[in-house]
Amino acid sequence: MVNGARLEVRGVSHAFTLEKRLLPVLEAIDFTAEPGEFVALLGPSGCGKSTLLRLAAGLEPPTTGQLLVDGAEISGTDPSRTIMFQDPTLFPWRTVRGNAQLGPEARGTLRADAGRIDEVLSLVGLASFADALPHQLSGGMAQRAALARALVNQPRLLMLDEPLGKLDSLTRLAMQKELVALWEREGFTALLVTHDVEEALLLADRVLVLSDRPARIRADIRVGQPRPRRRDDPGLVALREEILGLLGMAEAA
Amino acid sequence: MSATVLSAGIAGSRSRAAPAWPVGWIAAVAWFGIAALIMVWPDADDLGRTPLLAAVATGFGGVILLLALLSTSPRLAPRLEPFRAAGPWLLVLALALGAWELVTAKLDLLPRPFFVAPQSLLEVFTDDWPRLSDSVWNSLLLVLPGYALGAAIGFLFGIAMGWSRLVGYWAHPVVRLIGPLPATAWLPIAFFAFSSSHGASTFLIALASFFPVTVLTWSGVSSVSKAYYDVARTMGASPWFLVRKVAVPAAMPSVFVGLFMGLGASFSVLVVAEMMGVKSGLGWYMQWAQGWAAYANMYAALLVMALMCSGAVTLLFYLRDRLLSWQKGLVRW
Repeated sequence: MVNGARLEVRGVSHAFTLEKRLLPVLEAIDFTAEPGEFVALLGPSGCGKSTLLRLAAGLEPPTTGQLLVDGAEISGTDPSRTIMFQDPTLFPWRTVRGNAQLGPEARGTLRADAGRIDEVLSLVGLASFADALPHQLSGGMAQRAALARALVNQPRLLMLDEPLGKLDSLTRLAMQKELVALWEREGFTALLVTHDVEEALLLADRVLVLSDRPARIRADIRVGQPRPRRRDDPGLVALREEILGLLGMAEAA
Repeated sequence: MSATVLSAGIAGSRSRAAPAWPVGWIAAVAWFGIAALIMVWPDADDLGRTPLLAAVATGFGGVILLLALLSTSPRLAPRLEPFRAAGPWLLVLALALGAWELVTAKLDLLPRPFFVAPQSLLEVFTDDWPRLSDSVWNSLLLVLPGYALGAAIGFLFGIAMGWSRLVGYWAHPVVRLIGPLPATAWLPIAFFAFSSSHGASTFLIALASFFPVTVLTWSGVSSVSKAYYDVARTMGASPWFLVRKVAVPAAMPSVFVGLFMGLGASFSVLVVAEMMGVKSGLGWYMQWAQGWAAYANMYAALLVMALMCSGAVTLLFYLRDRLLSWQKGLVRW
């Protein structure tokens, strides 16, 4: 059990240069994720949610504004802040175990972390597939392997970039449960990007509803329902309607 | 689980129960027939080694007959599967040898000395093998170090080009301009720069393998998905780790294409390089044979060359299959 990190996002705006034109993707984003909190970033596709994760991971610096972890400004990548992408992006030339040990190998702590690698592989249910190659895995198993690779580093902030977006609906339901269980067990702060309202409500403590590009925070919704949650819980159904209304899809509710 | 294995075993043994190999029997008979034809039908001209050729054909037929007999045993049949697959080829080769024998040795339809009877080719191997094997050895001594040197430098240079923007900026136009030139065009410079013809030939062969290996390593490294780097970077990977453990393994499939192309280029340069000044080697042997209008010797050297090149490619592909077993759907050689 690690302590989750506190992530502060202060007045962050970000823009890309695309064919010599400035394309703003994030505008004045301000929020704080408390240690151990599960925050969902919900918004339409292509609104800039993933960019926010890349900034928090330290893969890119923001155009303006500040991102702080436990009060210190983020200046680069760090294994305590890992990101899990929509595609598993497993290295195809490495086995499941070889992929999972990527972080310790890169930092030269392979021997010290051997136990952790085994632990995480069985945690995601891949202990008996440790020697399988990525092309032998199903979509759900590949995403589990990617999750194991992230968790091995004992992240204090785990960023999930639509990690279940490409899975079939049954696998998706199973993995939503597993994600919550892992989050409760490991104690990290979770930042989940999704465009699935139901998924956000099932998993998160808080849902930040983002607008179309450039993304702004439209609403900060606290989900108080105790876990395990049921998707037909009346409180969740009401929140779902509220959020769909904010996204301009009220009739779809 | 055990039930599945059991039923698979039963299914396997059932398919093995009828190992009839009609093509094998026919091929064996064909080889015996060709042997008889070679022996009984008198040659149109005085040729050596006709009985030996007949003996070789009989031997072939005998081996195929033995294989056909052995493959009736259910226990041995699975191991002989590769030979069974080659059955049609064994038959066609017998027929081709027969046709070749007819139009050259027996009927003398094709003009000599440009066309050579099979037994004359065989004669080269039986009578001139010391010189031929010496040439093979010297060619290998020339082509292998040259190829390895060019491939190693090309690999490192390709990685540097793909990884460093600075190296890429300066090297890209040069490689693009100079790379497509045939390596043999550098002959005068090579002979000027290197005092020995051995050094010059090694340089040309290295140059021939250098270019494809460089270009394909470079393109392999630069087409590695950025997501792989992102993943490794968020986990604390150093730039050196990114090169060794991300860029290089991801580029390996492309590198092997370069190694394959470089091998062919090296062998073709070998022949040209050996025609210029070396005293032994397959290229030199071919040149020498041509000078004496000894076309049988030339064809023999060509055959050896083809086997050498094909053997090297087989070895390379074997290596690739071992190293890149993580890929699926590899091309087979």
